[in-house]
Amino acid sequence: MKRLEVLKTYKIYIGGQFPRTESGRYYTPKNKSGEVLANVCLSSRKDVREAVSAARAAFGGWSAKPAFNRGQILYRIAEVLEGRKAQFINELMKQDASSAQAEAEVSLSIDRLIYFAGWCDKFQQVFGSVNPVASSHFNFSVPEPTGVVSIVAPQENSLLGLVSVMAPVIAGGNTCIILASEMKPLCSVTFAEVIHASDVSGGVVNILTGNPNELVKYLADHMDINAIIYCEKDAATQQIIQEKSSLNVKRAIFYDSINWKKEEAENPYLIMDTQEIKTTWHPIENIGGAKSGY
Amino acid sequence: MVATNTTHTIPDFSLSARIDQVGVEERAKRFTARSIKAETKVNGLKLALNMIDLTTLEGKDTDGKVKQLCYKAQHLHDTYPGLPTVAAICVYPSMVAVAKKALGNSGIKVAAVATAFSSGQETKSVKISDTKFAVAQGADEIDMVISRGKFLQGEYNFVFDEIAAIKEVCGTARLKVILETGELGTYDKVRKASDIAMYAGADFIKTSTGKIVPAATMPVTLVMLEAIRDFYYKTGKKIAMKPAGGISKSKLALHYLVMLQETLGNGWMNNEWFRFGASSLANDVLMQLEKERTGVYQSANYFSID
Repeated sequence: MKRLEVLKTYKIYIGGQFPRTESGRYYTPKNKSGEVLANVCLSSRKDVREAVSAARAAFGGWSAKPAFNRGQILYRIAEVLEGRKAQFINELMKQDASSAQAEAEVSLSIDRLIYFAGWCDKFQQVFGSVNPVASSHFNFSVPEPTGVVSIVAPQENSLLGLVSVMAPVIAGGNTCIILASEMKPLCSVTFAEVIHASDVSGGVVNILTGNPNELVKYLADHMDINAIIYCEKDAATQQIIQEKSSLNVKRAIFYDSINWKKEEAENPYLIMDTQEIKTTWHPIENIGGAKSGY
Repeated sequence: MVATNTTHTIPDFSLSARIDQVGVEERAKRFTARSIKAETKVNGLKLALNMIDLTTLEGKDTDGKVKQLCYKAQHLHDTYPGLPTVAAICVYPSMVAVAKKALGNSGIKVAAVATAFSSGQETKSVKISDTKFAVAQGADEIDMVISRGKFLQGEYNFVFDEIAAIKEVCGTARLKVILETGELGTYDKVRKASDIAMYAGADFIKTSTGKIVPAATMPVTLVMLEAIRDFYYKTGKKIAMKPAGGISKSKLALHYLVMLQETLGNGWMNNEWFRFGASSLANDVLMQLEKERTGVYQSANYFSID
């Protein structure tokens, strides 16, 4: 007798838990050969709201972690992903990738995590500065995380794209809500399990599945989100995002021409996109005599 | 003002109604399953806001903190037109004068916790002078704690007499009796303590000090509401209710209002007869109201700090 396969329920990931969508809705993405990939949660605005609350609650702890420790945790995500490579290759192939493409995408995703893990405790030194001022102050600028970031992940390269956008955001100490690729969501949900098993505290990364056209409004106009990242070229959606973002002056960031497979996706400026610069004036004894200029 | 000249036959409190735990908990759960749509929700939220006793009861309270709270009570969120104010400010007796002055003629009442709040482990004379002081300072309401230790020892007369004695020195101030249900242990005891408090002269019965977990829960509040209902049927006298502690979300506050409406009816649906003892609830209600008005989920950054 043929064994009945036990199919996985693809649920969403909010605040370190795997709930079903509050709305009870689902959709059935198909691959090119018309095969149904899974019943996937069609998240609602209330799921977005819950995810934002979780991300906000997690922000204090995550941003206060030593930068070096955040690097260790990103490295740990890469380790766990490496260990589950086969599962991801399998899911990517279901989502129409060839075996060579799938293998390459997973490997590159792991490498990308390692790349940003390394930057965690270094970008502050590269982008921070000590500034020359005329008065007797020690004046320095350091980057600090902007807060809660919503991400509409790239629709193609659903694993690599998601990892590439997420890594610089959390490396910089932000927390995030990610809306996974709509039609290729399998590996995004499985990636949530990797995150869950990697010392990332609940709420730092939240992953929803659903329809970007429905949810982008809420990801853009929520007053408690500080930045939104959108990765498609769709001009109409970009305009909506810009308009809604103006409500609380959130950063609207469009990565619509980055090729995630290329080296251009690996640079520390991506971390800086979700950082704010804090400048401190620290009074010191008059050092004008030293003519140092600081 | 409640008439104090009516005399009731004091019942035997050992015969207070027994509570069916499973029944009460199931019943309380039902109240959370009502569908409340936009307009009703907004009205409910405004009512909840108007029922809040904005509270600060910390050892670290300063005049400045109390003044700030009083300012908040009068200016909850000025960008929202037509908002009600909260019902009262709840502070320690030493802060009553400060609060009174800061609130002026805004109509917001000042409640003072007295009788050796929050443990109540003091002698009767200390409790009475504590209450007298608060009343003399101008408190409109007195929140007293019962002697839970004596109650648990079965000395119901002691508890009764103490409440009656405090009521006597309250003058025109309304008396809220805190049962501290988290320390009583069973619903039976909550019911018994409610009966004792009401017959001894309480104007309000209140669940908790907010210093003990669990504080107010829906089943405990339901037991107390039903005690109020039975007392009303028996004596014709209305008693007010104040759940306190642990109610910090608008949704939960709406559940409480549903429970109040379905247990005691419209006569109790105003801040003379029902209060929420809370500090962070106000901001959550404001955020929900603003969400309904603008259609946009709100951030705590744009509301006053508690």
